Amino acid sequence: MPRINSPEELERFRQDTISRRDPSKPCISVCAGAGCLASGAGEVITAFRAEIEKQGLRTEVNTKGTGCPGFCERGPVVVIYPEEICYLQVKAEDVPEIVSRTIKEKKVVDRLLYVDPNTGERATHESEIPFYKNQERIIIGNNIKIDPKSIEDYLAIGGYSALAKVLFQMTSEQVLSEIKKSNLRGRGGGGFPAGRKWEGSRNAPDPIKYVIVNADEGDPGAFMDRALLEGNPHSILEGLMIGAFTIGSHEGYIYVRQEYPLAVENATLAIKQAQAYGLLGRNILGSGFDFTVAVHQGAGAFVCGESTALMTALEGRAGEPRPKYVRSNIVGLWGRPSVLNNVETWANVPLIINNGADWFTQFGTERSKGTKIFSLVGKITNTGLVEVPMGITLKEIIYNIGGGIPGGKKFKAVQTGGPSGGCIPEKLLELEVGYDELTKAGSMMGSGGMIVMDEDTCMVDVARYFLNFLIDESCGKCTPCREGIRQLLKILTRITEGKGSEGDIELLEELSEVAVDASLCALGKSAPNPFLSTLKYFRDEYEAHIREKRCPALSCKGLIAYHIDPEKCQACTICLKQCPAGAVIGGKNRIHVIDQEKCTKCGTCFEVCPSRFSAVEKISGRPVPAPIPQEERMIRKSKNK
Amino acid sequence: MHSLEKKRIRKATMVNERIDQIIDKHQGEASSLIQVLLEIQSENHWLPKEALERISEKLQVPLTRIQHIVTFYKAFSLVPKGRHEIHVCVGTACHVRGATRVLDTVQDLTGIKPGETDLDLKFSLETVNCVGCCALGPVMDVDGKIYGHMAPAETADILKNYK
Repeated sequence: MPRINSPEELERFRQDTISRRDPSKPCISVCAGAGCLASGAGEVITAFRAEIEKQGLRTEVNTKGTGCPGFCERGPVVVIYPEEICYLQVKAEDVPEIVSRTIKEKKVVDRLLYVDPNTGERATHESEIPFYKNQERIIIGNNIKIDPKSIEDYLAIGGYSALAKVLFQMTSEQVLSEIKKSNLRGRGGGGFPAGRKWEGSRNAPDPIKYVIVNADEGDPGAFMDRALLEGNPHSILEGLMIGAFTIGSHEGYIYVRQEYPLAVENATLAIKQAQAYGLLGRNILGSGFDFTVAVHQGAGAFVCGESTALMTALEGRAGEPRPKYVRSNIVGLWGRPSVLNNVETWANVPLIINNGADWFTQFGTERSKGTKIFSLVGKITNTGLVEVPMGITLKEIIYNIGGGIPGGKKFKAVQTGGPSGGCIPEKLLELEVGYDELTKAGSMMGSGGMIVMDEDTCMVDVARYFLNFLIDESCGKCTPCREGIRQLLKILTRITEGKGSEGDIELLEELSEVAVDASLCALGKSAPNPFLSTLKYFRDEYEAHIREKRCPALSCKGLIAYHIDPEKCQACTICLKQCPAGAVIGGKNRIHVIDQEKCTKCGTCFEVCPSRFSAVEKISGRPVPAPIPQEERMIRKSKNK
Repeated sequence: MHSLEKKRIRKATMVNERIDQIIDKHQGEASSLIQVLLEIQSENHWLPKEALERISEKLQVPLTRIQHIVTFYKAFSLVPKGRHEIHVCVGTACHVRGATRVLDTVQDLTGIKPGETDLDLKFSLETVNCVGCCALGPVMDVDGKIYGHMAPAETADILKNYK
């Protein structure tokens, strides 16, 4: 591997790499992100390699596994270059046809294209699919273009040019002022301006400083940092190095959660490759700037996403947060000034340097600039990662990009900000997405999880769910968080079980106030948010649970019962056969009855009952009708007419 | 019982040489304690007491601190794991799509709760808070293989295939 010793050599190497590549040579890109792999992308890649070998095209076609482009709902996603034909939900069986038709005959396989559910029109290219069309994909858009394991792929799309620019054409003051001008705010949740954070460390007198990538993405339902680190690790490294140069740091860490083995693998490989090319290590590109990076695996603790806890974990101890009388950019890792930013924040840095702060600030609102990647999940037609300009409305994200709620159900709420965030109701769907706007609505930006809920989701249960998550994740250091969450959860559980009593809501509010005011770190301070925001917008659901012992969403197990309507039951025995608890009594031509004692309320009967009968119903807030007498259970022929 | 005890000790000594190798790989620095523990956990699937004592001695870290760390972080197990490790995703996206029903079914069928291993060492059950394939939710992962769109009846069918 030739070491690159100057910016001129870097450019020459880049041009060489590009010129060695024939732009007309077909390249098959298959998404190898977590979602697509789980839907069989691995088999698809193997099938492509085998088929290409079989058809004798090995030298004429490239096949690569790429990072996640975001359209997880229709995975595995395949894009064929140079025509950029986008095939969705590709299976290994489809591969021979794609190779014969598209690669050899240059024809499109229509049945694998995106079909617009409303118009029935097919879309051949990514850019024509509504899911992509309505996004602004400045960061995640590169994922499908490159093999994350190839530094040459990254160089071919202009990689490390921002680093070269910073090292040779800019002073660290200029870099800082550009970042400050861009008003880039932390993408991990807090939204703290990155430039101000960097400036604090830069001005600190300590000669040893650290830069850290926070890839301890712990919010359930959020996976954009994973997609970036797995799909484009060099862009994160480049951003980190620019930060290090700006503040005068020579050592950095990438803290990745151990649950993301591919991110660990790709980041480690990227570091090795960058070192081999002279883009990391001593005297980078001959500039005299030295910088090394190490990957550190987290061991599974949500609280370690908090900056001070993460630094404690990096030191090899239990990751407990500490009070921030002095910020960690002044006294952080090993007591030294440390700049910690989220994966997505670092990924923005090379773009800002290359295109300028003015380019960056054209996206977004007055106080929230640039784009944000959200993971749009839950009860949504198009699950996936979406990158949108700040200031777009929730409605646009959920309906124009996400395709709305599946199954003809009614939208109820969207939860943002992870366990520390809140639920936003339908009446606020016109809300513009931004740090301050979301906080004002009682939620927060957080790292970008966006969980859509429909009429079947119980909001009291959602609050209980998040507190149940947080009780495991509270480190236990301070009392308001440790005991507060425990008590909040106890009361919420009682309510969802139908044992709530008058005064519970007030008690929950009181406990919340203490946790918000007196907890040590953001985990405890924001822990009551799921409760407070659901109470704010869905108080009627709490009251129905407590007063009427009724779950309006028909979701809380303790408050619902399943019942087969004897008038509608056709004794088809489907539910009888499928009930895992053996709770359905009946037989051929005998109307089925649910044994309420045996029923585990798993809902299988409700789901399998053919829609033309719809005989199984959920009941809440009223007694289950008594089963019809044995002698009336026979279905007479006349009834079938 | 006696032979089981013997087996346990033999296993621990076997691990001992590997522990030294792993510690050396991390240059024997106390700050790399978590990385050392993670590596042993990933190879051995659990952390026997003897292994912790060895690490304590080699890295010159008090056993109490190691105990603090291995009980603080979720990745570590202080008890042996079953032949098959079931992870039921209870991330928010899976939760709103019915992960509780999947978890209940697994618990009913295996007779164990999250964090437990059955007496035959057949299954271990854990919950996870998002495996990043929300489009397939609710999701269950058995020995690294991901099963999507789970419902109670299908969950039962899948578990039958594991011996």
